[in-house]
Amino acid sequence: MIRLERITKTYGGKKALNSVDLTLDKGKMIGLVGENGSGKTTLMKVIAGLITPSGGKAEVDGIPVTRKIASKIAFMPDIDLFYPYFTVDELFRFYESQYEDFNYDKANIVAQFLNVDRNSQLKKLSKGNRGRAKMAATFGREADYYLLDEPFSGFDPMVRSDIIKGMIQFTDPSQTVFLSTHEIREAEPLLDEIVLLSGGQIVAHKELEAIREQDGMDAVAWMTKIIKEGESVGK
Amino acid sequence: MSIDFSADKPIYQQLIDRITGEIIKGHVKPGDKLPSVREYAVEVGVNANTMQRVYRELETMGITETKRGQGTFVTEDHVRLEQLRDEMKEGLVQSFLSNIESLGFTKKEIIDHIQKRGLGGEQ
Repeated sequence: MIRLERITKTYGGKKALNSVDLTLDKGKMIGLVGENGSGKTTLMKVIAGLITPSGGKAEVDGIPVTRKIASKIAFMPDIDLFYPYFTVDELFRFYESQYEDFNYDKANIVAQFLNVDRNSQLKKLSKGNRGRAKMAATFGREADYYLLDEPFSGFDPMVRSDIIKGMIQFTDPSQTVFLSTHEIREAEPLLDEIVLLSGGQIVAHKELEAIREQDGMDAVAWMTKIIKEGESVGK
Repeated sequence: MSIDFSADKPIYQQLIDRITGEIIKGHVKPGDKLPSVREYAVEVGVNANTMQRVYRELETMGITETKRGQGTFVTEDHVRLEQLRDEMKEGLVQSFLSNIESLGFTKKEIIDHIQKRGLGGEQ
């Protein structure tokens, strides 16, 4: 379980995260949504141990989050990273050298599922295929938690669909996926829960099927409604 | 392929409708094996927990049976499948009736129209 208590992160007097309380259960696919600048990436990086919060407490399975938490959490950043001259296979070997939980065979199975050629250099792959390779490297790790920052952004619908199918195929009921996205409509069928961040605060956290059953609307309509209500209260 | 879900109904419910629809249409036959939860989840692009719920509900409804170690199969209970067909028919008629009522048509007016179409041999 990931647990955040009153997490605050201040950058030069500005609060990127403002007293965030959040619990993420095991075995769930959870989406993090919110407008640009709402604090999504900061929140992800706090959980991944890449940013030290200015205040509050962050724990993963009862262990306080530090940089070492990377051994439990597979974090996939939003940037087109990696050494461009690596082949996909070399990328996997690099991951293998960095992470104890990396399963080279699994990474290859994911790559095959996503139709990525292992022997191609990353710089020679299309953007979509580099995204698939990044995904294969991330899911090659047998981590309890996958933290994916904008896994769909910048990809065409084909790649997005492949990434979604890969996530379903290569996670099991004991693993948790926490992903940030703007593609709410596309991600909705994939998710159990949705967390809505606005101005560095969590304004809602709900099960998606409950939104449909109780509020009679889909996630996009629900998010729009909550943000509008927030604006009218703020005025 | 992934499928498009409408916004007004839970996704698990839409998947139940989809599977029962396939059975009614005869695309999936009594005794046929359904894909595993994960296979089906990957195929339509939904969460495995949602798909697990779909399979559980179908079994509770008596539409499918799970055989230990073998998988999930469409029931061969023809009485139950006939009943499912009736339920679906009733559901269609019910939603049709509330549609025409909301627009102010009377049932009689509509029945007359259907009969006229039928007699005229229009498609």
